[in-house]
Amino acid sequence: MTDRSLILSGVLFALLLAAPVLLPLIGESYLLGLIIKAMLLAIAAISLDLLIGHGGMVSLGHAAFVGIGAYTAAIGLENGVENILVLLAMTLAMTGLVALVTGILALRTSGVYFLMITLAFGQMIYFTLTSLAAYGGDDGLTLWSLATLFGSDVVQSGSGLYFVVLGTLFVTWLGIYRISRSRFGRVLRAARDNPERAEVMGYPITRYRLIAYLIAAMIAGVSGLLLVQHAEFVSPALAAWQRSGDLIVVVVLGGLGTRNGAILGAFFIVIVEEVLGAIIHEWRLIYGPLLVLMVLFAKGGLSDLLDFKSSRGTAP
Amino acid sequence: MNTLEIQRLNKSFGALNVSQDISFSVAHDECHALIGPNGAGKTTLIHQISGVLRADSGDILLDGKNITHASVSQRVQAGLGRTFQITSILPSFSVLENTAIAAQAKSGSSMRFWRDAALETDLNETAQATLERVGLADRADSLAADLSHGELRLLELAIALAAKPKFLLLDEPMAGLGRTESAALVTLLSNLRGSLPMLLVEHDMNAIFQLADKVSVLVDGAIVASGTPDEVRADPIARSAYLGQGAA
Repeated sequence: MTDRSLILSGVLFALLLAAPVLLPLIGESYLLGLIIKAMLLAIAAISLDLLIGHGGMVSLGHAAFVGIGAYTAAIGLENGVENILVLLAMTLAMTGLVALVTGILALRTSGVYFLMITLAFGQMIYFTLTSLAAYGGDDGLTLWSLATLFGSDVVQSGSGLYFVVLGTLFVTWLGIYRISRSRFGRVLRAARDNPERAEVMGYPITRYRLIAYLIAAMIAGVSGLLLVQHAEFVSPALAAWQRSGDLIVVVVLGGLGTRNGAILGAFFIVIVEEVLGAIIHEWRLIYGPLLVLMVLFAKGGLSDLLDFKSSRGTAP
Repeated sequence: MNTLEIQRLNKSFGALNVSQDISFSVAHDECHALIGPNGAGKTTLIHQISGVLRADSGDILLDGKNITHASVSQRVQAGLGRTFQITSILPSFSVLENTAIAAQAKSGSSMRFWRDAALETDLNETAQATLERVGLADRADSLAADLSHGELRLLELAIALAAKPKFLLLDEPMAGLGRTESAALVTLLSNLRGSLPMLLVEHDMNAIFQLADKVSVLVDGAIVASGTPDEVRADPIARSAYLGQGAA
């Protein structure tokens, strides 16, 4: 089965795989940091797309899980936990736990109320992080030692970290795509389309939504952990609601529920920020209207703009 | 043996008693029709049977199992199928996938995260066979949102049948259908009759007298008459309450 969106995915990942080899050849290796930034944004955005695109649950608190992941890693590192796999387990456990508690409560609502309650939980987490005086409070915390893989510094910087992030992006992208087409994803889409009907088909939909919420939160947490490795710095700003808003912009701009939308959106945002920022200091004055135009004239997102309609995560 | 048993069901909203001591049963080979004027409490009763509303007191037994306190989805898992008065389908799904996901609910766990559900041949075959049964097979690949009203009513029925229910709750299946479409649906339902017990809530008297083995008349939340169609037609209470002169 040939599918143009699958070809695009292949091209995207091939470019990302080749970048660490090609960019130094043209003397632009500083761009690798920018690509890592975009990939980390894409990982969090893909997880949010499971909620918004496939599940119809618009969360305005998703960045909080990135923050929890980052702080779990940072606090672990400060207390002598160095193995990245141990930190990963801690991050998954912590984001999963917080998502379980907040999800059970938030999923009693839907629509704009769900948006409000996730915003509220997100802000609660944000303010909790600002109050961690031992870990920098408002100012955040610079990390002097980073995670290792059984003592090896391969996951700390340079191409080692690059490929870890790329690998995580690939696993996330593949995993969410498979989930969206699985039995579970189908029920999730049914609940988005018509919750009463899905219930009367025999599906306890809140359970399905909660599991999707847990999966999305844990993936966002992993992006937070990797963000710490990349930035060597954590701050509560990671969890601020503006960051959750940015994630929604990425997902909507890229194309909701599409195969490559979140990746396209993330790279678009990072590139536009970088290019506009280099040209003009008040780049946000251009950025805002640009987003308005994008949303008005490319309703299906970048994926749709490129006419990859067949990739939509709806009916096969 | 009775597939559905309603025992002394009561429900009130404040001072308004919408269900008053309602008891009836539907045998395993029976089509039971429920008629009554608007506001008689038919919809409230349907909601209590399907689990949208909880009864204040009384019991509901499906196939001998007490489902009075079960959730909507648990009742479906227990074998209760229903169609909606106002068409309720999944608009962004294809006709086939609407039916396949209904079959999926009764075919193992849906907590499966990897395999492409659209490629599960057993689900697709069940769905296709169900669509053929209701006469919608040639529309299998259409988007459900693109169907005509008549076709949507058939899809509604296909979704209910694909889950292989033990009992079918039909909430005004003829609503909004033209004369020919209505007749076709009556034929379809009479084919199911005998093999699948049904509770039919309907205004179309012709359909009721063609399909129903038994008719109960609901007025002001209470059953005022019950019997074969002919008995109910002859019953003076039922006639004055509902049927009126036209049906005599």
